Amino acid sequence: MRCFKFFIFFILISPLCQADEVLQNEIYKNLRCLVCQGQTIADSNSDFAQTIKSVVKDKINEGMNKKQIYIFLADKYGEWILFKPPFNQTSYLLWMLPYLIFIVGVPVFFLIFRKKRNFH
Amino acid sequence: MKKIYFFILSSLLIGFFYILFFSLKIDKNYDTQNLIGKNISEIELNLLNENKKFNTIDLKKNDFTAINFFSSWCGPCRQEHKYLMSLSKNKNLKILGINFKDDEKKANEFLNKLGNPYYLIASDKNGKKAINFGVYGIPETILINNDMLIIKKYIGPLNSSEVKEILKIVENK
Repeated sequence: MRCFKFFIFFILISPLCQADEVLQNEIYKNLRCLVCQGQTIADSNSDFAQTIKSVVKDKINEGMNKKQIYIFLADKYGEWILFKPPFNQTSYLLWMLPYLIFIVGVPVFFLIFRKKRNFH
Repeated sequence: MKKIYFFILSSLLIGFFYILFFSLKIDKNYDTQNLIGKNISEIELNLLNENKKFNTIDLKKNDFTAINFFSSWCGPCRQEHKYLMSLSKNKNLKILGINFKDDEKKANEFLNKLGNPYYLIASDKNGKKAINFGVYGIPETILINNDMLIIKKYIGPLNSSEVKEILKIVENK
């Protein structure tokens, strides 16, 4: 009976552990290892990456969500630590430029295409 | 129509070269200088050699505090130690040492051999506390005032010109 209770307990608790692990990995993949060459915290085995992993785990256990953890780390290390920078005053061009190129590019492309077709 | 194409193309080219030109001037070396002007966090630290805790809010009592991250295994820490010793003689400045990922016994040996410039020594055995200070390698020194505001941040070992700079700041209070 005791074994059965343990079994049920582990069955119930495993999705929670897995959810935490998925969240941890998602966060690690978006964090830059500042002492490595273009690696994420998830990919790196450096001392710095190990410490950041440990801090992220602690913050999740404290009840912080993904956004709060990103804000905490960006506050300490700047937005450079995030691979996906947030939309703000300094990064708006980065986010808007592809859409702007698309909005301008598509009519230009069609104009050229139409003109060529008319020419033929 | 040709004029429109020419205008679009030339604007795109100007924009492209404008971005390239300014990108060349940007310093790509990462540092945490963006923390200057921000407040340090209120954190509880364990003291080295004592079974006591210390809260960074107590640093408000000092006019200026230099928070120095060091370790006995760190070569550049030995290199900057003589500068810390000379800074410790200034009455306007207190130096808080944070022993980073180190063995207590080895840290004490290091200080006995080279001298103790610190008015307090805290211990950060697993390096997690250092994250709250934006530290990513040691040695690192953070100069704060009595409002706990970061005035300067020195990444890597201190040198003589940085020591002069610190002395100039703390003496012109």
